[in-house]
Amino acid sequence: MTANYKDRNFVAVIGDEDSVTGLLLAGVGHINTQQKPNFLVVDAKTPLSKIEETFMEFTKRKDIAIVLINQHIADLIRPLVDDHDQAFPTVLEIPSKDHPYDSEKDSVLKRIQRLFGE
Amino acid sequence: MSGTGPRLNIFPTRMYVVCFDMSKRSFAILHSCAHGQDFTFDPFRALTTMKTKLKGAQTGHSLLKRKSEALAKRFRVIVQKINEAKLKMAKVMQAASFSLTEVTYITGDISYQVQESAKTAQFRVRTKQENVSGVMLPAFECYSEGSNAFELTGLGRGGQQVQKCKETYIKAVEMLVELASLQTAFVILDEVIKVTNRRVNAIEYVIIPKIENTIKYIVSELDEQDREEFFRLKKVQGKKKKDAASAEEAKKLLMEQAAEVGQSPEKYEDQAADVFKETEDEDVIF
Repeated sequence: MTANYKDRNFVAVIGDEDSVTGLLLAGVGHINTQQKPNFLVVDAKTPLSKIEETFMEFTKRKDIAIVLINQHIADLIRPLVDDHDQAFPTVLEIPSKDHPYDSEKDSVLKRIQRLFGE
Repeated sequence: MSGTGPRLNIFPTRMYVVCFDMSKRSFAILHSCAHGQDFTFDPFRALTTMKTKLKGAQTGHSLLKRKSEALAKRFRVIVQKINEAKLKMAKVMQAASFSLTEVTYITGDISYQVQESAKTAQFRVRTKQENVSGVMLPAFECYSEGSNAFELTGLGRGGQQVQKCKETYIKAVEMLVELASLQTAFVILDEVIKVTNRRVNAIEYVIIPKIENTIKYIVSELDEQDREEFFRLKKVQGKKKKDAASAEEAKKLLMEQAAEVGQSPEKYEDQAADVFKETEDEDVIF
């Protein structure tokens, strides 16, 4: 589990255009030697299968430490996000500009609430 | 006892073969056997081993329980921090979005330009580890590598806004990274606490009762052996007493007979004649 944590350097993003732009501006964007980017812009036309595929790819990649995903996109692939229980990479749900953050939906917060029986 | 068969109880101390029965998960005494055979097993030694094991299990149990408590304490702190950080994140991200909107207002849409110019990550994270009661908890740490890829973005107008937005977003991402390390710690701690509690319960409800049962069994077996031994000694003593008494009686009888012979030889002659008629005669023990 923690054997290869040292190779994990990048922060991956799945989000709407504004979130991805902002985060790329911060400098998280990376295109690796296989010409694969570590970000995905999701708009209304992006098919669900593409999002699922990218999420799976990011969670399987060995060089990604954190996957940031907009909460409204995480809602689209909720089963996949909830199924991800590995420590690496960490999946973090972030709010987007158009969708306010709802802490009830967050998979980690849900888990916390389940643990403490609230 | 005939001399041909195997004589098991020839030695005063009985030795038992104790073997570990996998199906019942308990010790069973197979059969007793004599000294000098290499599969003999000392029940006293087994008892000592079991007692040591019990002590070890109890120590392990208390240690694991303390570990679990320490982890749970840490866990609660982390959960609280996550809750706080998530609330903070909402605010920070809102501010970051707003600064991006400002940029868009002044510079126009830069998203295409930004996405195209992303080649290598300037913002990276590395993982270091923190030891909490023997559990390695990872913590992410950000560092920047290489040059700023967006130096020319917004060169025409709004360059300052772009830089400001970039800084805001860097701060936001730093916060997100912090939150991510908390979350990773949460996931790992959750797992470790589960495993530890499982171990604590296994020791408390399975291993310790099993060892206690085994000790009880060995002790009861030893007690029975003691009783057997006591009974055997009593029997032997009884037999010896009986033998001594009958010997005494016979001796007395002989003395009487001898006295009678001395007093009336006629009577003795009668008796002497009778010797050939009678089939049974009392034993004479010298």
